[in-house]
Amino acid sequence: MIVEFGHFALVLGFVVALVQGVVPLVGAQRGNAGLMAVAPAASLAQFLAVGTAFAALTYAYVVSDFSVLNVVNNSHTAKPLLYKITGVWGNHEGSLLLWVLILAVFGLALALFGNNLPPALRARALAIQALVAFGFLGFLLFTSNPFARTMPPPVNGQGLNPILQDPGLAFHPPFLYLGYVGFSMAFSFAVAALIEGRVDAAWARWVRPWTLAAWIFLTLGIGLGAWWAYYELGWGGWWFWDPVENASLLPWLAGTALLHSAIVVEKRDALKSWTILLAIITFALSLLGTFLVRSGVLTSVHAFASDPTRGVFILGLLAIVLGVSFALYAWRAPHLKGGGLFRPVSREGSLLLNNALMAAATGTVLLGTLFPLIVEVLGMGKVSVGPPYYNYTFGILMIPLVLAMAVGPMLAWKRGRLGRALARLVPAALAAGVAAGWGILRSDTAGSAVVAAIGMGLAAWLVVGTLVELLERSGFYRHGPATALRRLPGMPRAAWGMTLAHLGLGIAIAGMVGSSLWKVESVQVMAAGDSQTVAGYTFAFHGAREVKGPNYTAVQGSFTVKGPDGATITTLDPSKRSYEVRSMPTTEAAIHTTWVGDLYAVVGDPAKKREGFVTRLYYNPLVPWIWIGSVVMVLGGLVSLSDRRHRVGVPARARTARRQTDGEGA
Amino acid sequence: MRRILYLLPLIILAGLVVAFALRLGDPDKETLPSQLIDRKVPQFALDPLPGRGRALSSGDLKGQVSLLNIFGSWCRSCVAEHPMLKRIQREYDIPLHGIDWKDDPEAGKAWLARHGDPYDRIGLDPDSRVAIDLGVTGAPETFIVGPDGRIRYKHTGPITPKVWKDTMLPLIRKLRRTS
Amino acid sequence: MRLTAALVVAGALLAAPAAAVQPSEKLDDPGLEQRAQEVGEKLRCVVCQNQAIANSNADLAADMRKIVRERIKAGATNEEVIQYMQSRYGDYVLLNPPVKPKTYALWGGPAVLALIALGAVLVYYRQRRTRDAEDAPLSAEEAARADRLLAEDDDAAADDDRRGEAT
Repeated sequence: MIVEFGHFALVLGFVVALVQGVVPLVGAQRGNAGLMAVAPAASLAQFLAVGTAFAALTYAYVVSDFSVLNVVNNSHTAKPLLYKITGVWGNHEGSLLLWVLILAVFGLALALFGNNLPPALRARALAIQALVAFGFLGFLLFTSNPFARTMPPPVNGQGLNPILQDPGLAFHPPFLYLGYVGFSMAFSFAVAALIEGRVDAAWARWVRPWTLAAWIFLTLGIGLGAWWAYYELGWGGWWFWDPVENASLLPWLAGTALLHSAIVVEKRDALKSWTILLAIITFALSLLGTFLVRSGVLTSVHAFASDPTRGVFILGLLAIVLGVSFALYAWRAPHLKGGGLFRPVSREGSLLLNNALMAAATGTVLLGTLFPLIVEVLGMGKVSVGPPYYNYTFGILMIPLVLAMAVGPMLAWKRGRLGRALARLVPAALAAGVAAGWGILRSDTAGSAVVAAIGMGLAAWLVVGTLVELLERSGFYRHGPATALRRLPGMPRAAWGMTLAHLGLGIAIAGMVGSSLWKVESVQVMAAGDSQTVAGYTFAFHGAREVKGPNYTAVQGSFTVKGPDGATITTLDPSKRSYEVRSMPTTEAAIHTTWVGDLYAVVGDPAKKREGFVTRLYYNPLVPWIWIGSVVMVLGGLVSLSDRRHRVGVPARARTARRQTDGEGA
Repeated sequence: MRRILYLLPLIILAGLVVAFALRLGDPDKETLPSQLIDRKVPQFALDPLPGRGRALSSGDLKGQVSLLNIFGSWCRSCVAEHPMLKRIQREYDIPLHGIDWKDDPEAGKAWLARHGDPYDRIGLDPDSRVAIDLGVTGAPETFIVGPDGRIRYKHTGPITPKVWKDTMLPLIRKLRRTS
Repeated sequence: MRLTAALVVAGALLAAPAAAVQPSEKLDDPGLEQRAQEVGEKLRCVVCQNQAIANSNADLAADMRKIVRERIKAGATNEEVIQYMQSRYGDYVLLNPPVKPKTYALWGGPAVLALIALGAVLVYYRQRRTRDAEDAPLSAEEAARADRLLAEDDDAAADDDRRGEAT
């Protein structure tokens, strides 16, 4: 009964979305306040409808209602409650329902907190949001109904893929979707602005917090995914340039560019049509990701199993949503006139440079991801584009970008002085030199020495350069440390946000480069009593025993790790689980984190030829910096979001009054 | 000119949508084309299934047009293909050789005993040595080898009556005529 | 076969996500083993989805690793081993796509994209400058004075801003 209720609610949401997508648009066109007022009410109704559907499916999972096909295919009574709930989105239908729910949540948020927006803009943005929802609800209802029944119900379900029974992966999709779908706000605002034919500083100020929120979620989602891969796949890798990973990176890159270009629109009333285009492209890339994962058009480790009708439906949806938006863009954007002027050497100039490089980087990842498909469609055979390609091309594009990242914030608005900025950055250059030298000494092949010198040098340049900018901003150089200390806490949150985000990226770069270059690995058979030394750390193996989990059994190994000085550092208990229902094993690496690296142990199968187990021991240097850097970036986003000029509900007048006196960046 | 610039996103989107549509409609999108077409069968000499005799070596794929089928008792699609192979052996006068790939010999024997044995010669390839030499990615795959010992065609997946009638048989007849 | 293979492969992938190379496979000579590992990371597991044979648990990947090691042990160079695999499976087996006419667009693309992006920035400034000049042409001396004034202004404004924020 509850299941049918959920299905009905979904149909209701579908109808409401259509109303919300049409009526307010008409109202805004005619200046009819009554019709426009449908939008917020409909947003609430749509949220309630989709929310009810989601709750109904969750209920079916929690009570293990095996008359629902989706529950049969992805759940089991023996599963812990947490994974019964997260199993709701561990499959195509449920995750799509979550996607639509998040879309409704963002729509509702806009309806609730958008009171200070011009009514027509709000009505149009909500209508666009609803039209996207309409398409996806149709996709759900017509090709991927999560409420389909099965008769007769089986005694038990087939269980959730054990790989998904993990906290990292359980919460990776919701964050990812919050990011993807969050960019729909920028998209809706962009399309609404194109309909109105007007983009101004106020528009940019409304779009930025939504984009920032989506960016924060997407950063978290990508970070969680990488972290999960790191500890679960059992060999210390965290990024593989897999098509589906790229699909999440693409909107992140475009969204990052959008965050920066929106600043120029806000400050200088320039780069308007470019910013609108970026807003559309960012969401387009989110949709592309969804399409790639669900259509089976690309093969990837992460893809959902797919059937062709779904692929066709979602391709049609993609073509309509984006085709209309880009056509509208081609029609209206030429008439958007930018006002403010600035010199190439200025804050705006550096933001523009950032955008050019980010766009090239986004295009590169897109090209690499789609190239095999394009070559095949053109009948030129099959090629693979693997990590080496991205490491060369994307890596090289990142060099000027990171170099400019330290300089840009040092430049004044409108016209800056490059010489003065560079003179201030001497400490950063020195730090980069030292870090590069350290990187070379740490490496043992010429190839890795070059990469290490560049990577570590850039990381140090960015971190120290960002700190120099903080000092400069605080008045340290002009008024001394006392003034600086007094001023720092009072600096705009958005400025702190930029500082943190840039610092985080610097830290993460060091982690990414170090962990890829200097990983030490040792694979061997070990019996109880054996020891193995890896990168100076001695792993003593004490054997393995069987342990029992809620719905799995595991072989758990035990190691004691001693440092180079012989002192015991930690014990590591990696295990290999075997899930009863799907009889699939998963590895659970045991990791001991220090500030400069991870001690990482995995226990594998019993050895065939002699007594003992296959064990894999790693020293993964600087990996923690990737996670620390990502968290710092997210913190930066949050701090910036809390800036009172972004805070929703602040009267528009107060913001306009403050506009002229701002002196900070992202 | 500027106008075209603003149309560029739409044009790129259209191109991608067409590419995606073509790809979605392509049933062979997972098939890896063979690199060995018109090249000589690599040298090999494989052990026979124990007790069956009639081992397979590359020398056996010469002198007349022959079929080389990759199978294994672990391969579910091979079961689906098997009736077709038996029909080919029954109705057409063409030697059909098999490579029992990555299989336990006893399991392979039992599988043939259960489903029937249409093969002339069978070689065991437990560690994929020959399979990799042939560029095999999965089972079943079937090669058509010309009388000169050159590979002329590879079919990936079960041979369907349609593929046999429309593609493989005409090619076999042509190879016979020209030799 | 494809669908089944995909399922089998997916199963195999999910079945044992741990690193692939087994102790029994390793070569005794650490230098050769290191080279074999490098080669293994450049070759795609042809039945997997975007995985190198070095990181794959698929049976075929294990057999490919074995052949890589045999050939390296027998004295083949890394390039020869990679070439052998390429002669059997085509460019598809190379994770690092070779530079040839077919891939010019792939390898040239990033540079072209970067040039287009930077070119667009230049065009943007050029158009701006034209408009700028139309607005109010300044003599060199005037411009220098304006620069000085503006710079002072910037600093002062920046200071005001901070005071404003602190309150």
